[in-house]
Amino acid sequence: MSPRQLTYMDAIRLALGDSLAADPRVFIYGQDIAGAFGGAFKATKGLAERFPGRVLNSPIAEDAMAAVAIGAALEGARPIIEFQFADFSSVAFNQIVNHAATYFWRTGRSVPAVFRLPGGGTPGGGPFHSQMPEAWLTHHPGLVVVAPSTVADAYFMLRDAVACPDPVVYIEHKGLYNHLKAEFDPPTTEHLGLGAAAVRRSGRDCTLISYSAMVHTCLEAADKLARDHHLDVEVIDLRCLRPLDTRTILESIARTSRVVMVTESWPFGGIAAEVLAVIATEAFQYLDAPPRRMCAEDTPIPYHPELYHAHHPDADRIVQTVLETVDF
Amino acid sequence: MIDRVDHFRWMVLARVLDERLAALYRQDHIRGGSVFSGKGQEAYSAAAALSLRRWTAEKPGDYFAPLIRDSAGRLAFGEPIIDAVRTYCGKRTGPMRCRDGNVHRGNLSQGQLPMISHLGASIGVVDGLLMARRHLGTLGDSVGIASVGDGAMQAGAAHEGINVAAVERLPLILLVADNQVSYSTFSDRSYACRSLIDRAVGYGLGAHTCDGTDFDACRITVETAVAAARAGRGPQMVLATLLRLAGHGEHDDNSYIGPELRARFGDCLPLAEARLTGEGIATAAFWETAKQQVAEAVTQALAESGPDVASEDWTARSQRNLTEFRA
Ligand SMILES: Cc1ncc(C[n+]2csc(CCOP(=O)(O)OP(=O)(O)O)c2C)c(N)n1
Repeated sequence: MSPRQLTYMDAIRLALGDSLAADPRVFIYGQDIAGAFGGAFKATKGLAERFPGRVLNSPIAEDAMAAVAIGAALEGARPIIEFQFADFSSVAFNQIVNHAATYFWRTGRSVPAVFRLPGGGTPGGGPFHSQMPEAWLTHHPGLVVVAPSTVADAYFMLRDAVACPDPVVYIEHKGLYNHLKAEFDPPTTEHLGLGAAAVRRSGRDCTLISYSAMVHTCLEAADKLARDHHLDVEVIDLRCLRPLDTRTILESIARTSRVVMVTESWPFGGIAAEVLAVIATEAFQYLDAPPRRMCAEDTPIPYHPELYHAHHPDADRIVQTVLETVDF
Repeated sequence: MIDRVDHFRWMVLARVLDERLAALYRQDHIRGGSVFSGKGQEAYSAAAALSLRRWTAEKPGDYFAPLIRDSAGRLAFGEPIIDAVRTYCGKRTGPMRCRDGNVHRGNLSQGQLPMISHLGASIGVVDGLLMARRHLGTLGDSVGIASVGDGAMQAGAAHEGINVAAVERLPLILLVADNQVSYSTFSDRSYACRSLIDRAVGYGLGAHTCDGTDFDACRITVETAVAAARAGRGPQMVLATLLRLAGHGEHDDNSYIGPELRARFGDCLPLAEARLTGEGIATAAFWETAKQQVAEAVTQALAESGPDVASEDWTARSQRNLTEFRA
């Protein structure tokens, strides 16, 4: 069979279907996901018909959705929870960080639940439909938090998340859903482990570190830097934010001696702050320039598309920051 | 049917244990936090646990999600006395291995959930346990009890969890103990409906009420509710009305509970004892046995070791390194 063109959303839907088919313990619970509707973003379209009784609509009750996942996982099922938007997972914050995340430490019993969070900005989403929740979720010990950026990762990281014995927060980027396409044939595609970072582009002059949709913005910036400035920039996709693959990060810094970390999230206490702290502590001797971070503006996410674009890092501003870092 | 003398014996054991734990608190044997007594709620709590099927090595039983006042229910559902003492006194041999303490203990292989502090949070988890059993085909006529107080009933999490149980028609028994007070806040600042049982109609739950100080009423009412859930009649709410007879914890002198309130409510234990004695049943031996059992557990637990700090494993996930992890 020749490789198929799949979108990032197709890959998520395929991974959900394959997980349901492969493991009778799996069920999916979330808002508006059953019936012909198939979810706000159609991730479960067709699955309720294919797997009767295993794709269940929930009330608007994010706390209870997460609680159900915890109980079901403890009883031996493999629940996948779909939050309609990552923003609404804040309502389930308590169950995720105080219940799911503490179980293994407290009792020795882990909670194999998957929480799917449609995160990230799309222009016009506004303050409550565009957030990235990783800063507050990764802060709590006990969770695995992943943020796939490619079609293949969207598939494999979801399959791996379902297999993982620990609670996994799977942050899928709404901006990539139907926009990112790739030829993808799961059986013939190699993939990294759930917790490994990927070097998406090798380079010697500077390292760009990112995850989720911003990886693509970094790759665009790296192309511009190569074309317009003859700079050879490495791009690392963290893939998994908790635990963090510090080895891949530090090996890259040892090669390039310069680093810019890019996220579409807020700067204060975020993943970029954490990664730069690791670099400053463990790779200080390799650095030829101060580590830099580029994040969203430190305000709620604006609604108007023009404000939205100005709020988020873009390739041109990344190019500028890399040039400053290289010229330091 | 629960044996009523057996019911009374569990009440006595819980009272003796709680009083001994309070003494250990005053003697500075408790590590961290306070001691939370179920005094006054033994009849209701034990009735709930005795309505459930215990777990055996061969067969899982029902689920019980106890809360702060359920010392009697915990014991009656199979918690060894010593597990309570070990947890309170910070012994590594306890079920929570010193990583959590006081009432935040449980044992999943006995069907007892280790509560987190956040009130209302366990109801949805019991929903999930029961939904998974249904999904996996193992539900049979098993049930789960989630215990809450009048305070916990006001938490958003409780509302969501109860509603999901109703929508899914789960065999959940919501065991509400309205003991008039949540910490120091009286019910008039907690809710404004006539009685919390009115909410059963709103959610679509079966409704059962009893006088929480009357052990016979507690037993009959909870058994009826559990039987209804077992028979597939959907989730059931039981409301017992009673009074918390201790401080919120042993750190709290309970002075804000006024004489009028105290006069309105009896203590389930002497009330039950008077009834049994009146019927010619001797009860003195129950107290003696309970005191001996508790004394033995305390002596053994106090001789055991606390945490081994040097060898503590500071890993919060079961999978330490995920770089190689694949499905
Ligand atoms: C969400 C949450 N808020 C506050 C607390 C602190 N707290 C612990 S017990 C308690 C009172 C509980 O009252 P109630 O549910 O009526 O149970 P009771 O102690 O009366 O048995 C409070 C406020 C908590 N544990 N969880």
